[in-house]
Amino acid sequence: MFETALQDLWYGFGVALEPHNVMWCFLGVFVGNMVGVLPGMGPLATISILLPLTFGIKPVGAILMLAGVFYGSQYGGAICSILLNLPCHPPHAVTCLDGFPLTKQGRGGAALGITVISSFVGASWGITEMIFLAPILVVVALKFGPAEICSLMLLGLLAGSTLARGSPLKGVAMTVCGLLIGIVGSDIETGTPRFTFGIPNLFDGVEIVALALGLFGIAEFMKSVNQLSEVDTKYTNVKFKDLRPTRDEFRRAIPAMFRGTIIGSLCALIPGTGPTIASFISYATEKKISKTPDKFGTGMIEGVACPEASTHSSVQGDFIPTMSLGIPGDAVMALILGALMIQGIVPGPQLISEHPDIFWGLIASFWIGNIILVILNVPMIGLWVKLLTIPYKYLYPSAMFFVAIGVYSTNNDMFQVGEVVLIGLAGYVLLLLDFHPAPILLGFVLGPRFEENFRRAMLISRGDIFVFIKHPISAVFIGLCVVLIVMQIYVRLKSPKAMPTEMALPTDAHHGHKAAEAAE
Amino acid sequence: MLRTLVKKRDFYAGGIMTLLGAAVTLDSLTYTLGSLTHMGPGMFPLMLGCTLTFVGVLILGTAVATPLGDDERILPEKPEWFAWACILAGPVLFIILGEFFGLIPATFACVFVPALGDRTATYKASAILAAGVTFFGVALFSYVLKIPFPLLKWGF
Repeated sequence: MFETALQDLWYGFGVALEPHNVMWCFLGVFVGNMVGVLPGMGPLATISILLPLTFGIKPVGAILMLAGVFYGSQYGGAICSILLNLPCHPPHAVTCLDGFPLTKQGRGGAALGITVISSFVGASWGITEMIFLAPILVVVALKFGPAEICSLMLLGLLAGSTLARGSPLKGVAMTVCGLLIGIVGSDIETGTPRFTFGIPNLFDGVEIVALALGLFGIAEFMKSVNQLSEVDTKYTNVKFKDLRPTRDEFRRAIPAMFRGTIIGSLCALIPGTGPTIASFISYATEKKISKTPDKFGTGMIEGVACPEASTHSSVQGDFIPTMSLGIPGDAVMALILGALMIQGIVPGPQLISEHPDIFWGLIASFWIGNIILVILNVPMIGLWVKLLTIPYKYLYPSAMFFVAIGVYSTNNDMFQVGEVVLIGLAGYVLLLLDFHPAPILLGFVLGPRFEENFRRAMLISRGDIFVFIKHPISAVFIGLCVVLIVMQIYVRLKSPKAMPTEMALPTDAHHGHKAAEAAE
Repeated sequence: MLRTLVKKRDFYAGGIMTLLGAAVTLDSLTYTLGSLTHMGPGMFPLMLGCTLTFVGVLILGTAVATPLGDDERILPEKPEWFAWACILAGPVLFIILGEFFGLIPATFACVFVPALGDRTATYKASAILAAGVTFFGVALFSYVLKIPFPLLKWGF
């Protein structure tokens, strides 16, 4: 077991170290980092905008590049949140709480240095977890019939929509909308066009790129235009030598880092609890066990190290169900899965055996990418902080071009550019009504497979709807779904207004949460 | 009761979801439903439509059950109608100009018009930005990525 995993990993390094793959990985990390630093650009927008650029690349290179874009943009976002107090990605809201006070005290460089180390430690642990857990999960998952897959997907969808953020009911509504958008197009079995309004361009379904760019591009730009206040750049003059933390800071950060890593990897194991929740929980824990809890929020290095480590370890952990079961935990993973599907690769438990180069190459490239990230960020920090000064008014119009051309280039079809405008408008209306559109993508990506497996399960059981409870494994998943719903109702009834993430945090964190809300 | 209800954000949120769910449910009935064993193309949408209607009604229910919040405005404090129109006009112009005049004018318009949406924008700065993006964008997409899109053309 242990030996085969190491052997596979060795093979993975062989794939990932091929010169062109290293190049794609580097390019992904570099561009992701660059776009992620820009104020107002979160990882979702970054990945959606860069997704069309990967279509011309072979599957392995494309996926390595996208993964690189993801963690590059996440790290870039940390720079933005620590130095400007502007979290573009919800997990960073917590990092701001102590990161920005540190910046004000002139220790922003050290906070960034600690962030680099913490994310590397967290990511390394997450990758190790993935190496050993994913193959085990696959062995189990290969025994699953359609009924089990179906209930597992239901659990994933439910967890992704209710645990993420905002009102769980609205999350479920968004997931169902996503499933419905996934239906648009020809029915897989009979070929009947459904919800196409007679438009031939819709027979192949809605393009994932158009959906992602509409929801996370155009809708976000409409939300942020003229709303982002002028960026305060008086603290952003950070140089290479500033990154070094003092011995005392380092001593305090190390244990926090490891605690964060453990919390993050535990959160990754629970479906639906992504990096956001991991970072909130780890911050709260760190505060609880600290000898000076009242000092949190005034610039404690632990308050930066712990959430950053947990975010990165849970992000890597999120790749486990995505790659081994084909069930993404959040919108970012859904996008990466969607990219695989565009490349013609069927996600699911058979992925590791059928495309070992993708799976093991990806794992190996995580390490390579994280090392590239450290190399890029430590000596070149001066360059990245310069990017912080680019005002949003130049950013979003340029991004609009990438949205338009990106959507066009997926099929060389102008119709989809029209699609993106409509989706963007609808997405903004949803944002105004307090819906978080991220679960739409989750539903959209899983929808067709969910329907297919559901139909198959019903066919095998001869129309017995109780098949989902009769199979023991499936019954466990359904049971978990019920537990999830009951838990949500219980929490709601007990404290109607509180959100799960807010409960994990005392009131002084409210500011950061609001900021995250704004970023989302 | 009703008067406070129509002020609530969740009233509209739930309402839209209920209507959407109902529309999907009705529309799915026009497809073959089939039986549970042999599901037709209409069955899954029907189930989703019913679910969405149900969730929509639940959201409406929470709107009725919870008191009026402090901030129930749907539109932001200062609605940015002009900026929103500019942003949406960008890709629309991209379609029209791209279809008839080619990539260069389409790109320029797609950057220039959204840039005008910012309150502090000037025509000159927006034009410079648009020209810059056009230059690099055309270089990247046309020459490096080789997207089949004529740079300049006239009519159909």
